[in-house]
Amino acid sequence: MVVFEKPKALTDVPFHYCPGCTHGIVHRLVAEVIDEMGIEGETVGIASVGCSVFSYNYFGCDMVQAPHGRAPAVATGVKRSHPDNFVFTYQGDGDLAAIGTAETVHVGARGENITIIFINNAIYGMTGGQMAPTTLLGQVTTTSPYGRKKEIQGNPIRVAEMIATLDGAAYVERVAVDCVKNVRNAKKAIRKAFETQKNKKGLSLIEVLSTCPTNWGMSPEKSLEWLRENMMAHYPLGVYKDITEEAGDNE
Amino acid sequence: MAEKMLMKGNEVIGEAAIRAGCRYFFGYPITPQTELSEYLAKKMPKVGGLCLQAESEVSAINMVLGCTASGERAFTSSSSPGVSLKSEGVSYIIGSDLPCVIVNVQRGGPGLGGIQPAQSDYLQATKALGHGDMHFVVLAPAYVQEIATLMGEAFDIADIYRTPVMLLADGALGQMMEPVDFEAKRERALPEKTWAACGHGNKRKHNIVNSLYIEPETLENTVLARYERYKAIEENEVQYDEYMTEDAEICVVAYGITARIVKTAVKAAREMGIKAGLFRPITLWPYPKKQLAGLADKVDKFLVVEMNMGQMVDDVKVATGCKRPVEFFGRTGGVIPTPDEILAKIVEMNGGAK
Amino acid sequence: MSNILLAGFGGQGILFAGKQIVLAGMRDGKYVSWLPSYGPEMRGGTCNCSVIVEDEPIGSPLVTKPDILLAFNTPSFDKFESKVVKGGMIFVDSSLVNKKSERDDIQAFYIPATELANENDLTGMANVIMLGYIIKKTGLFSEEFFKESLTSGIPAHKAHLAEVNNKALAIGFGYEG
Repeated sequence: MVVFEKPKALTDVPFHYCPGCTHGIVHRLVAEVIDEMGIEGETVGIASVGCSVFSYNYFGCDMVQAPHGRAPAVATGVKRSHPDNFVFTYQGDGDLAAIGTAETVHVGARGENITIIFINNAIYGMTGGQMAPTTLLGQVTTTSPYGRKKEIQGNPIRVAEMIATLDGAAYVERVAVDCVKNVRNAKKAIRKAFETQKNKKGLSLIEVLSTCPTNWGMSPEKSLEWLRENMMAHYPLGVYKDITEEAGDNE
Repeated sequence: MAEKMLMKGNEVIGEAAIRAGCRYFFGYPITPQTELSEYLAKKMPKVGGLCLQAESEVSAINMVLGCTASGERAFTSSSSPGVSLKSEGVSYIIGSDLPCVIVNVQRGGPGLGGIQPAQSDYLQATKALGHGDMHFVVLAPAYVQEIATLMGEAFDIADIYRTPVMLLADGALGQMMEPVDFEAKRERALPEKTWAACGHGNKRKHNIVNSLYIEPETLENTVLARYERYKAIEENEVQYDEYMTEDAEICVVAYGITARIVKTAVKAAREMGIKAGLFRPITLWPYPKKQLAGLADKVDKFLVVEMNMGQMVDDVKVATGCKRPVEFFGRTGGVIPTPDEILAKIVEMNGGAK
Repeated sequence: MSNILLAGFGGQGILFAGKQIVLAGMRDGKYVSWLPSYGPEMRGGTCNCSVIVEDEPIGSPLVTKPDILLAFNTPSFDKFESKVVKGGMIFVDSSLVNKKSERDDIQAFYIPATELANENDLTGMANVIMLGYIIKKTGLFSEEFFKESLTSGIPAHKAHLAEVNNKALAIGFGYEG
C-alpha cells in the first residue's frame, strides 16, 4: 500500500531549498492540485527571481522564467495567446510587492485569468536576508539592521488586502503553512484559485505566509512560532475577495 | 503589382506585422509612434488578434516574452525613452533564445529629449540594448515601402535564428505617408517551435524557457552556441543599398531617413561634377563590413551622415580598416539635416566645386 | 516635379489638403510623399506639411525649398515666403493673411478662401477651395481627375461629403483672382 508519494507534477530534481524552508511545502501543494485536476499537460508555470527561481526545474509542467518582478506580465503574454491553458506565477515578496508591484496590480485591474502563488516570508531569501516590502516594523534584516522603522524604511505592504480592492481580482486569500491544519487549508485555497481560473473568473491570488529560518536566524521550529506570533498579527489569514460564485465570467 | 495604398509609416508597421501572421502586440503610448498602437487596436480584433496596452514599457516587453515563450509571434513598439525601459526584457528574451520583433521609432534624446526624429539610438540598438554578451538584428528602413518589406522579413529572421529583431525607424518615417504595397514576400523555411512552453499535453518532457545558468561553463556554452548563430546571421542576412558608388570618390554612408536626404545631396553633387555616391546599410547589425571594406579600395574618402553626433562613425572606420579618411556631418536633437547642408559638406570635402 | 509646402494653423485642414494632393499624385502614377509636422503644435499651433510629387523616387521627404507654398496664416507666410524657389508659386488665403509678396521672381496668388467658404455655407472647407484654386493655377492635375480622386475615398453613406467637397473644389477652380 502506498501511503506517501511525490506528486506527479513534480520532477525528480531534488529541491535546493534550505532545511525548514516552506517553499517545499507550497511546491508540493501546487503540484498536488495540478495532479488532482489532471491539468499538468495544459499548465504553464512562471518562475520568478528569488529563491524560487529554480521552480522551473521542479514543476513538471512547461515553465517560463521571468525577469525580476515581471512574472505577471509574462503570464499575461502566455495566457492571452493560450486562454485555455492554466497559467500560474510563483513569486516571492520582493519580486511581487517591490520590483513587480505595477505588474501585480495591473493583472488584478485587467482581471487576467491567471493564478498567483505569492510567498510572503518577510525577507529577501536568495540575496541573503535583506529587507522585503513585507518585512515587519521592528524586524531586523541586513538592510534594516536596527529594525525596520516606518520613518526610515516605510511600512510593510498587505498584498492580499490591496489586490482584493481591484475589480478584476476574483479570489484572494491569505493562508499559512505553519501547521497541518493551515497547510490543508492552504491547499484548499490553491485548489480554489485554479478552479477560479478554470471557470474564467479572473485573477486569483493566494498569499502564503512562509518562513525563512536561514535568514531569520532561527530554527525551523522557532520560525513557525515567529510566523504565528508576528506575521499573522500583521497579516491576518482569511479570504479577502471571493466573487467566484457571481454570475458571468471574465472572458 | 498589387494596388498601392497611401499609408503612414507607423500604420504600415502594424499592417505588415498582421500580414506576417503576428497576432499579438503589447505596447505603451509614446510619441511619435502612437499611431501604430491605435492602428492595431482597431485591426487586431478583426483578425482574431490582440493589441494590449500594458501598464508600462517594462510590462509590454515582458508580455512579449511570455507570448513568444509560448510559441506565438509577438511584437512591441516604442520610441527612444520607452525602448530604454525595454532593455531588461530584451536581454532576458535573448538569454532565453526567443524570437520577437521590437520597433523603435526614434526621437531626440537623451532623457525625455524631444519628439522630433532622430537616430540617436544607433549605439544602443547595435551595441548594447541590455546587459550581457549579445546581439540582435537591426533593420533600418528608409522608405515607407521598405518598412512593409522589412517588417515582414523581421518575423521570419526572428523565428529562424531565435533572436529579437529590431526595426529601427525614426519619427519622420513613422509619421510620413507614401504609397505602399504589401507584395508577397520571400518565402522562407521556418523551424518548428519545439521549445515553446504552451503545455506539454503529457506528450513530451516539460519545456523550460530560461535564461539562468548557475554553472559558468554551462552559461559560456549557451553564449557560444548563440554566437554561432550570430555568425550565420552575419553570413546570410546582411542587406545594403548603393547609389552611384561605382566611380565615387566621396562615398557617403547613411541609413534610414537620412540616407534619402543624402541621396538628394549626392544627386546635386553629381550635377556639379563631384563624384559622390551613397552607401546605405539596411541591416545595422549585422553591419555590411565586407561591402564597405570593398569600397575602401575604390573611393578616396568617406562621409558619415546621421541624425546624431556620429554614432556610426566608428563602425565605418572599423569596417574600412581606417584605410581612408572618415568624416562626419550630422544634426541632432530632432533636427533633420537638409540636402543643402550635406551638399556643402560634400563640396568642402571635394576641395570646392569643380 | 513639385515640392509643395502647406502651412497654417492646426485645424485648418492643412494635413488633409496635403493628403489629397498626394493621393491624386499616386493615382496619376507619380512618386509621392507626405510628411507632417507633428507633436503639440498640431493641437492649435502652427502646422505644416511637406508634399512631394515626382517622376522619380523621392529622396528627402522634407520640403525646405518649396516650388509651391500654400500659406494659410501670417506666421507661415512670414516664415516660408523667402524659401520658395525662384520661379515658384505662392498661394495665400487673403482672408487671413494681410500681406503681399514683394518678390518679383515668383508668382503669387491670393484667394480669400476662408471668406468664400463662409459665404457658401462651407465653413471649414477653405482648404478644399484652396486646393481647387491651386490645381487650376498649377495644372498639377486636371479638375476632373482631381475631383474624382478627392471623392473616391468617400463611402456611399457619406455621399453628402462628396457633394460639399465638389462644391468647394468648384469654387476654388472657378475663382478668378
